[in-house]
Amino acid sequence: MADKYLELVNSGFTKKLAKSLGAPRPAILRRYAPGAPLLPGPLLLLGNSSAAQDLADTLLGWGLDVRRHASGETKLGGIILLLDELADPAELSEPMLSAGAALRRMAPGGRVVSFSRPALATDAPAVAAVRQGIDGTVRSLGREMRGGATANGIVLAEGVPPTAPSALAALRFLLSGRSAYVDGQFIAVDSADGTLPEDFDRPLAGKIAVVTGAARGIGAAIAATLHRDGATVVVVDVPAAGDALAKVANEVSGTALQLDVTRADAGEKIIEHARSRHGALDIVIHNAGITRDKLLANMDAARWDSVIAVNISSQLAMNEAFLAAKLPGLRIVSLASTSGIAGNRGQTNYAASKGGVIGMVRASAHAFAATGGGINAVAPGFIETDMTAKIPLATRAVARMLMPSLMQGGLPLDVAEAIGFLASDAAAGINGRTLRVCGQSLVGA
Amino acid sequence: MSDQTQAIRPAVIIGGNRIPFARSNGAYSKASNQDMLTAALDGLIARFGLQGQRLGAVSAGAVLKHSKDFNLVRECVLGTSLSARTPAYDVQMACATGMEAIGSLANKIKLGQIDSGIGGGVDTTSDAPIAVSEGLRAVLMDLSRARTTGAKLKAVSRFRPRDLAPNAPGTGEPRTGLSMGDHQAITTKAWNVTRAAQDELALASHKNLAAAYERNFFDDLMTPFAGVSKDTNMRADSSLEKLATLKPAFGKNLGAEATMTAGNSTPLTDGASAVLLGSEEYAREHDLPMLANFVDFEAAAVDFVHGADGLLMAPAHAVARILKRNNLSLQDFDFYEIHEAFAGTVLATLAAWEDAEFCKNKLGLEAPLGAIDRSRLNVNGSSLAAGHPFAATGGRIVASLAKMLHEKGSGRGLISVCAAGGQGVVAILEAR
Repeated sequence: MADKYLELVNSGFTKKLAKSLGAPRPAILRRYAPGAPLLPGPLLLLGNSSAAQDLADTLLGWGLDVRRHASGETKLGGIILLLDELADPAELSEPMLSAGAALRRMAPGGRVVSFSRPALATDAPAVAAVRQGIDGTVRSLGREMRGGATANGIVLAEGVPPTAPSALAALRFLLSGRSAYVDGQFIAVDSADGTLPEDFDRPLAGKIAVVTGAARGIGAAIAATLHRDGATVVVVDVPAAGDALAKVANEVSGTALQLDVTRADAGEKIIEHARSRHGALDIVIHNAGITRDKLLANMDAARWDSVIAVNISSQLAMNEAFLAAKLPGLRIVSLASTSGIAGNRGQTNYAASKGGVIGMVRASAHAFAATGGGINAVAPGFIETDMTAKIPLATRAVARMLMPSLMQGGLPLDVAEAIGFLASDAAAGINGRTLRVCGQSLVGA
Repeated sequence: MSDQTQAIRPAVIIGGNRIPFARSNGAYSKASNQDMLTAALDGLIARFGLQGQRLGAVSAGAVLKHSKDFNLVRECVLGTSLSARTPAYDVQMACATGMEAIGSLANKIKLGQIDSGIGGGVDTTSDAPIAVSEGLRAVLMDLSRARTTGAKLKAVSRFRPRDLAPNAPGTGEPRTGLSMGDHQAITTKAWNVTRAAQDELALASHKNLAAAYERNFFDDLMTPFAGVSKDTNMRADSSLEKLATLKPAFGKNLGAEATMTAGNSTPLTDGASAVLLGSEEYAREHDLPMLANFVDFEAAAVDFVHGADGLLMAPAHAVARILKRNNLSLQDFDFYEIHEAFAGTVLATLAAWEDAEFCKNKLGLEAPLGAIDRSRLNVNGSSLAAGHPFAATGGRIVASLAKMLHEKGSGRGLISVCAAGGQGVVAILEAR
């Protein structure tokens, strides 16, 4: 599954060859490892909003080398654009041009993160214009970044300061290697809820998490990542995948539950297992999913119905059970897909189910918030898995290289990192949202 | 001994795991005993989150075992994520291996010697040990002892080409030369068990097993292995008509009276099973379920060599003794799990318990043990459908029966497993 091309263009003779031919040269992405520095260099904090000093203090507390001016020659690890108080498009000029002047000094794997406010219909037109303009400019900047660096933004609901727990958690996620394959995206923070972890390397310590579809691929990576971050993990998959599931369970020192999530009592079974064996249920990751690709003209009922049943109907039914059980603080993260956002040829059924997930989390946010929890989705783009390995080679090569800004497919780990972030208590101020992990691409399964 | 070490506490069955059983020389033909038992243990460890734990003991065995596998179970444990400090030992008692392994483990828990353990078994007739002939072995042993060239030449000179013929293990009884099936054919005829009755029992076994799969009964009792997720011997679409067409496979010397076919006899099978047991304290401390108590078990043996008893009738004797010891009657059970080595074995055993003469003369009882409610017999199928990897059968039955009892929420279950050598082990479980 390894992307051979990525290895070739980054080492030895083939690196020189690719360079001289002008072939696309995707970078090796900066990924998270416990204990690693948050950024590969100093952080430049641009923008003069009233939260600047508080934010700078917090960043210093994280051990970052925070600069307020773009002078000097040292490589920069990241740039924060505090744009949350801009009221007119003309005000974008100064921070953006300052950032631009510093971009050449950005280290490989560097980060640009903006803070802004949502553009609402009730805003003054000039205010809405600059806010929506930030969306466009940061996404464009994402497409201009090199060397595995990315540009993303945090959109703070009115009244939520940049130092709110979920804003800081989102910032930390975006600065760190955990967001390696997140590019050109905005994370919306809806409230000042949430508590930051005592140990940022173990944000899920003490949590009981259930991961469906965990026998292989992204699900197995999610189980491993949640375990690494401190959670006790219950892995779930269909009985026929039980041997692979047992292997995952034994690797993460968790428990295996062989269960078809389309069973009517799947939610109850999961609650019963988590409660009786681990005493609680804090996190559910709805990852179980299938593809049955076919052009709609050739689609049969079995292909269509099985995809809908597994990918969305089962989640709706399980969520009913979780709500009925009133599990305090339950955080759910559901797997959507960029196919459900941008569409994908041959995936009318899959896209219906994954678009469905996006709609479901938006409409379920309120109900889960009532018990102190929340529900969000992650939409992976092209991820190197057994599932995407079935895509014809040429299509796969194009999908992984040409479309995304990062010029490569993501890893299951990249999806897992985003899920771990959204599953944490620190993300409690984020609810009903969908985060894309796509390397700024539009293709994917 | 102090009073404390003599105190008896319950041994609790927490759960089980097995790999699907596969007909010999089929899906598991390339798998070794070690592969299969390790897989069964891995699934059990995953189900109950036992990674890194030091259990009191792992007790299991195989009937057909390579000599290199002298420490089979310990080697399997070392291949799992259990603590490497978990002791393990091999048990061997023919088809009762699994029952003996689990029963003796339960005893250790009852006595407070250990708090937890895994009992089970594994067998393969696809990867069976094949030994060199006795002639060649004698030559090789003499050769290894020879000190001088002359002595070495002398040893080698005794080699004959016929010594190259290997010895494969069979199911024949060493003292009678008869196969197990031919022994059972004698018993089946002696108890006037009809072909129709045997075929009906076989059909029920397949139907019951298929129904158990249908209601997801095995979801927490089984982990797939080598691409197999259901017992490969199961024929959900079997019928009395199909079974009736099969030709006799055993007791052929009985001619037209031969009744035992491949359909109402178990096939050679590969597979493995494992059962987690513990004290109540252990189960509570680890938030593990308590399905049933392993109340008691009893072994018996019969004199089949001189024809006084049928080869596979030992459980009939063992049941009489275990009932007496526990002050129970044969009718005091909600489930009966009588291992279907052959349909004739089950039916002959049931007939014997109803027979006043047998119960008086052989079991020393004043009244027969009586009939059982047949609707409580092997309700989720047994070996005729699932197959019978010798040492793995005990673990299959104990885990399934414990779950059945727990689902019912009350009552008792009786297990009966016959074995080669005229032996048998029976056991009583009680619901929790």
